[in-house]
Amino acid sequence: MYDFVYLLYLIPLLPLLGLALNLAFGGRWGHRGVSLVACGSVAAAFIVAAGAALGLATLPEGERRIVQHLWTWFTAGSFHAEVSILFDPLSAVMCLVVTFVGFLIHLYSTGYMHGDAGYRRYFIYLNLFTFSMLTLVLADNFLFMFVGWEGVGLCSYLLIGFWYERHSAADAAKKAFIVNRIGDFGFLLGMFLIVATLGTLDYGEVFRLAPVKWAAGGGIATAVALLLFLGATGKSAQIPLYVWLPDAMEGPTPVSALIHAATMVTAGVYMVARSHVLYELAPVALGVVAVVGALTAIFAATIGLVQTDIKRVLAYSTVSQLGYMFLACGVGAYTAGIFHLVTHAFFKALLFLGAGSVIHALSGEQDLRRMGGLKKHLPWTHGTMLVACLAIAGIPPFAGFFSKDAILAAAFESRWPWLYAVGLVTAGLTAFYMFRLLYLTFYGQERLTHEAKHHLHESPRSMVGPLAVLAAFSALVGFLDLPIVPGGDQFGAFLAPVFADLGPVREMATHAATAVIPGAGAAAAHEAHEAHTPVGLEIALMLVSVIAAVAGILVARALYLRKPGAAESLATRFQRAYRALLHKYWVDELYQAIVVRPLERVSQWLWRVFDVQVIDGVVDGTGGFVVLGGTLLRLFQNGYVGTYAFFLVVGVVLVLLGLGGR
Amino acid sequence: MSWLTQGQVPLEAYLVVSGLLFLIGVVGVLVRRNAIVIFMCIELMLNAANLAIVAFADQLQQTDGQVFVFFVMAVAAAEVGIGLALIVNVFRARQTVYVDEVNLLKG
Repeated sequence: MYDFVYLLYLIPLLPLLGLALNLAFGGRWGHRGVSLVACGSVAAAFIVAAGAALGLATLPEGERRIVQHLWTWFTAGSFHAEVSILFDPLSAVMCLVVTFVGFLIHLYSTGYMHGDAGYRRYFIYLNLFTFSMLTLVLADNFLFMFVGWEGVGLCSYLLIGFWYERHSAADAAKKAFIVNRIGDFGFLLGMFLIVATLGTLDYGEVFRLAPVKWAAGGGIATAVALLLFLGATGKSAQIPLYVWLPDAMEGPTPVSALIHAATMVTAGVYMVARSHVLYELAPVALGVVAVVGALTAIFAATIGLVQTDIKRVLAYSTVSQLGYMFLACGVGAYTAGIFHLVTHAFFKALLFLGAGSVIHALSGEQDLRRMGGLKKHLPWTHGTMLVACLAIAGIPPFAGFFSKDAILAAAFESRWPWLYAVGLVTAGLTAFYMFRLLYLTFYGQERLTHEAKHHLHESPRSMVGPLAVLAAFSALVGFLDLPIVPGGDQFGAFLAPVFADLGPVREMATHAATAVIPGAGAAAAHEAHEAHTPVGLEIALMLVSVIAAVAGILVARALYLRKPGAAESLATRFQRAYRALLHKYWVDELYQAIVVRPLERVSQWLWRVFDVQVIDGVVDGTGGFVVLGGTLLRLFQNGYVGTYAFFLVVGVVLVLLGLGGR
Repeated sequence: MSWLTQGQVPLEAYLVVSGLLFLIGVVGVLVRRNAIVIFMCIELMLNAANLAIVAFADQLQQTDGQVFVFFVMAVAAAEVGIGLALIVNVFRARQTVYVDEVNLLKG
């Protein structure tokens, strides 16, 4: 098994190969050939990744860090940009998620996209995305990671705007791209600051040098951590840059599942977990991560309560769940954050694919108000969606329960217990809006339009198969990391080597903090040393979160199943709150007013004044000068030989006079 | 006019004649309209130059100037050949050799 480690470079290369084949020959192969190559390449990448991960597990704990240097990208002075692969438990987990979920979604797409005119283009984009994402998680330095980071951004843009003839899709794609540019700007500045202070971007070097060269809790550490986090807020849709993700639902549904739920949007979480040394050195930045995560979680969850588009509910749910992951990272529970990333990848991909199956069955209908009663028509979709809803709501023993509980427990023990309260409320809201979606879609009266009823059918096997597999994983993957049970935390133990350096770094940060604020140091030290919670407390926390989830479900059941009119009357009673939620707190309008409009006005000024008058003036002036010169000079060219001879003589005389005068 | 009696023509006399000939040539080129006459005037200027050159050669007792004049005469002969051909062609095309009636080539 260890031999697979030598094939690491194949993991990103295989999807690239598939893309190249489809690009070159896919036009001749037709649907079957294209899908075979696209799915096959990702499946092969998964097999290599799985083999390599098993190989990694056979190594002693301290050596689970394999670096494969491929070539030097460029050298500038003392700075080297390497193309090299880092395979440690963290990247192994990410690789497995990306390739496995990616493969299932590729498979699903063969059914979902069947008959679409852009079938080959779709799979080429999807393979390009898989390649970029694998580059992102396997890179061994920030710069190479940034290549993947931008690559997935590009693919996101291309796939959101996949049906580019639709105006809203093209707009959403542009919005996603531009909002991500803002985040990437921060990411770039963060990288520049690292290079300027440490002279390298290599993970190992940076994480070794940073605690030595940077003052713990100092300005540079805080600035770097915050700038990198700005990049993460863009890519992972956190406040204030989350606005692109709900609009990104204009893309095909499998794309929403793969890119905007399971993999790409988690890149920010991965990056923060990867750079945990930098964040631990900057407690302020870590606090910002936790607070932004918690606020995003509850903020997006409240918006999700009232949305009527099935995919938008899921989009806000994704934003909210990503907030959980950042909350986990922010309170130092990186393992819990990554665990939630994994479980979320399964159940959220499942939710999106299930929603895709519903939309497919209803000939493109996405409005929850025009669904209902689909349980008997779409039994498989209903069953798998039910599993996913239970998982995300945090009902034991489904996957979401374990990961969410780990995060809530970590938040409870953090410096700010109110983060726990926020997380708990969000858990209740999550259960509510997910079951609202479930009830509105599959239960109650049929509210279908005539057109949607016409082709009502369960989805083909290529779509139901991935749903079933994902449902199995959503139900069972939580057992990888059991709390309380001794030796149950397999997942945490596997990841442990990655976060082994947390102790010493925290020690340093604690000392620095003690020097400045006496109280803070003690609190941090308390946090660092008391990793294990008493069993009784842990069980109590679990009970509380399960109660919150069940309460959410019961409320949804009461409002949408028992008394169908209740939700409307509630909405009219609390009209102001309802309108605020329905309009997403007017954040888009706010950004429009404070960012987009002024920018448009500046652009208008630059166009009408600077471009038209100054730049065009210079260009036109040059032309005008030449024309004027020509008009004057052509008077001499009158075609009479005598005139020419006259000027010749005059010239000679002047030259002679000049010579004589000397 | 001492040179009349001494039998020795001084350099100045040659130069004066040469200068006069050159001036006549220049004025002719500038004021005459007939291309053939202009052409003859150009020849006049060339020969004025020739005269000055041989005068200097004689004065300095060097043969370089004499050789130079042969070159000038050879070039002038070639130039006459091309020039007359041009004039003939202009006449064929325009039925005139007056240069102020040939002014198609203008800006």
